[in-house]
Amino acid sequence: MNAFKDAGHLFRLAAVFVAGGMAFVGVRAFLVPKSFGQYGHYRGNAMAEIAARPVNFAGHQACEDCHADILEKKKSGKHVHVNCEACHGPLAKHADDPGSIQPAKLDTAVLCVRCHEANIAKPKTFPQVVSADHSSGLPCDTCHQPHSPAITAKETTGGKK
Amino acid sequence: MVPCDKEIAIVMPGVEGFMYPNEVELQWSVLIVLYPFLTGLVAGAFILASLERVFQVQAVKPTYRLALLTALAFLLVAPLPLQLHLGHPERSYEMYLTPHRTSAMAMFGFVYLWYLMAVLLLEIWLDYRRDIVVLSRSTTGWKRLIYRVMTLGSSNINEHALAIDERVGWLVTLIGIPSAFLLHGYVGFIFGSVKANPWWSSPLMPVVFIFSAMVSGIALVMLIYMLVTWSRKETIDMRCVDTVASYLFYTFIIDFSLEMLDLIHRIYESDESFRSLDFMVHTKLYMSHIVVQIMLGTVAPILLLALTQILKLSEMARKRIYVLAGCLTLIGIFAMRWNVVIGGQLFSKSFLGYTTYKMGLITREGLLVAIVLMVLPFVILWVLVKLLPPWPEQSSGSLPDAARAH
Amino acid sequence: MNITRRHMLVLLPAAAIAWKHVLAGTPEASPNYTMSEHWWGMLIDLPNCIGCGNCVRACQTENDVPDGYFRTWVERYHVTDYDIENPHVDSPDGGKKGFPPAKEAGGKNFFVPKLCNHCADSPCTQVCPVGATFISPDGVVLVDKTYCLGCRYCVQACPYGCRFIHPKTLTAEKCTLCYHRITKGLTTACCEACPTGARQLADLKNPNDPIHEFLKTHNVQILKPYMATHSKVLYNDLDGSVR
Repeated sequence: MNAFKDAGHLFRLAAVFVAGGMAFVGVRAFLVPKSFGQYGHYRGNAMAEIAARPVNFAGHQACEDCHADILEKKKSGKHVHVNCEACHGPLAKHADDPGSIQPAKLDTAVLCVRCHEANIAKPKTFPQVVSADHSSGLPCDTCHQPHSPAITAKETTGGKK
Repeated sequence: MVPCDKEIAIVMPGVEGFMYPNEVELQWSVLIVLYPFLTGLVAGAFILASLERVFQVQAVKPTYRLALLTALAFLLVAPLPLQLHLGHPERSYEMYLTPHRTSAMAMFGFVYLWYLMAVLLLEIWLDYRRDIVVLSRSTTGWKRLIYRVMTLGSSNINEHALAIDERVGWLVTLIGIPSAFLLHGYVGFIFGSVKANPWWSSPLMPVVFIFSAMVSGIALVMLIYMLVTWSRKETIDMRCVDTVASYLFYTFIIDFSLEMLDLIHRIYESDESFRSLDFMVHTKLYMSHIVVQIMLGTVAPILLLALTQILKLSEMARKRIYVLAGCLTLIGIFAMRWNVVIGGQLFSKSFLGYTTYKMGLITREGLLVAIVLMVLPFVILWVLVKLLPPWPEQSSGSLPDAARAH
Repeated sequence: MNITRRHMLVLLPAAAIAWKHVLAGTPEASPNYTMSEHWWGMLIDLPNCIGCGNCVRACQTENDVPDGYFRTWVERYHVTDYDIENPHVDSPDGGKKGFPPAKEAGGKNFFVPKLCNHCADSPCTQVCPVGATFISPDGVVLVDKTYCLGCRYCVQACPYGCRFIHPKTLTAEKCTLCYHRITKGLTTACCEACPTGARQLADLKNPNDPIHEFLKTHNVQILKPYMATHSKVLYNDLDGSVR
């Protein structure tokens, strides 16, 4: 019919569109990652990939398995809930292979003030001192044993600003 | 008064007050300012073209084809700032493969593709088809090949075929109008739907974007028409330009009203973000918002155009006013995009501080790239005009009279 | 056989990688971990925070966080007696090296640690155009950095400012709640390093988790509740001035 003949160019255009659409569908099936959509609109494998990252902090449980003696000493003091790596840093490598890595000895002159230097924003009940006035320049472990910090004489260290 | 204690204030250069640490660096750069500006010009130019095609405003016919080609030139450049901004542009195809249906940005790929293929290219093809077929017969060499490909192998340009083109073209334009609104409206929605950002979050945002887009597109086509006609040493059709300018004026009134509505609403409701935003507008955004966008870019062009509507001015005076108003309009609309995108990132979501935008000069998202991307559409337009001349040729006779009864 | 945590520590990372390759299509985070049994959150016990910055440093070490960007950070608030709605806040380098002495005396002063809230209704996952960021079935909002385009829309959409773009990978990044640790029965790096118990991992689906008792006996809030993000980071004793 004449009408169709005169609209021939439109049919050709439609054919181009259809071909394009089919190519898109084909390419899509090939390119979308296989696990996509498994749990939601994301790549299902992503979670396992993220979870496969190696850990740097061993967690206090790992330390206590070997260092039970330190744990005993801590149990009687205020630092009982301070985890080992909070002061000693990440030691997963040491926990994996204790012989290969010797954790560095910590410098109490620098370490302790991170928590215990007096600051107006710290809770009032938290033990804090102005370190310059408190110890006349001596490192903290001169008097305090970090794993059980209370000095055996009856004075406490809290409250002084 | 926003707390901006100078003692605690300046810890980092460029930051005043307090910002969440990750907020200091701006996420979206001048390229993201450029993108809505470019798509806005596309939408606006298309709406002007549709005035003639669908609403039968005969006076603007001389700008019809030019408006379509302008829209195409800018549409082709529009994805470039986005690609340059992405951290991984090589993965951008993922938006076509796995678009996240809750994300307005995911719509981009499909809306863009729809608008490019099913609206703009289709309409241009249908309108130019006769000329393309004629040119495919009359030119030689590689140009002939280009035209032959564009005919899609069909050389039927008898009266009936052309009548069919006419009908289909009208339908495409009709669909094209809401498509143009969608193309630019979704950009407004991308900003307007972000509840975390009170400078952006507003149901008015898509509407303001659309109307400012129309203003910028109409101004651009008006300027290009005047410039191109002047450079070809032809006479400017004043009836056409007067009509285009009047549409520019009306659209501007609506755009200005919407922006004033947003402003008045903010001031009146004065919610928790207001003081922080108000302070920002009066300090960091003073030049770009108050001076450039509002005074120079909106109030001045409206007053200039109002003059031409109220007074009977000479042709020379009107031409000069149109050119001035058109240029100021484009600057003003660019400033509006700047104030939305950059302004929305200058203040902290804690409402306690501000940062500074450090625009690079020769970086991937810097000033030089922005300038190149602004110039590129004009280069493409020049090529398109050479390939598909929007006006009847008098000299060579290779292109018959393109004026048809629409 | 008594499988101790030390054994798990060695076996599980290797096992997880092996699983990924062998059973492509059905990944669990580790052989002994079932996602549907957990719904992770965190408790921040503000009266205990001393602003030491241990958490910020531990997070950086555990997760290779680049300098200048923060998966977690600590803010210090100074609230005057007469204007509770306009606090003075600072966070020098995110609190990574602790805080210098305050410049202002008086008023109410406290620390607020912040991190990704792992919102149950998160605006960041809503706006991702391709599905590169998502909430896992066990409640952790994660970023798939092999799929992320780096469009930065999620960074804009987060009301809490917890996201950033990694300067090297150019993809979005944020706190993962140490997903690689919690799926192995460990706690997060920040909770491990916190000396006062101000940060505690919480598994809302575990009936034995102390969080349930805590919620019944304390005043607990979330940040920006009006955003309706259903944040799962719970703050004990959150002051009204906190932004």
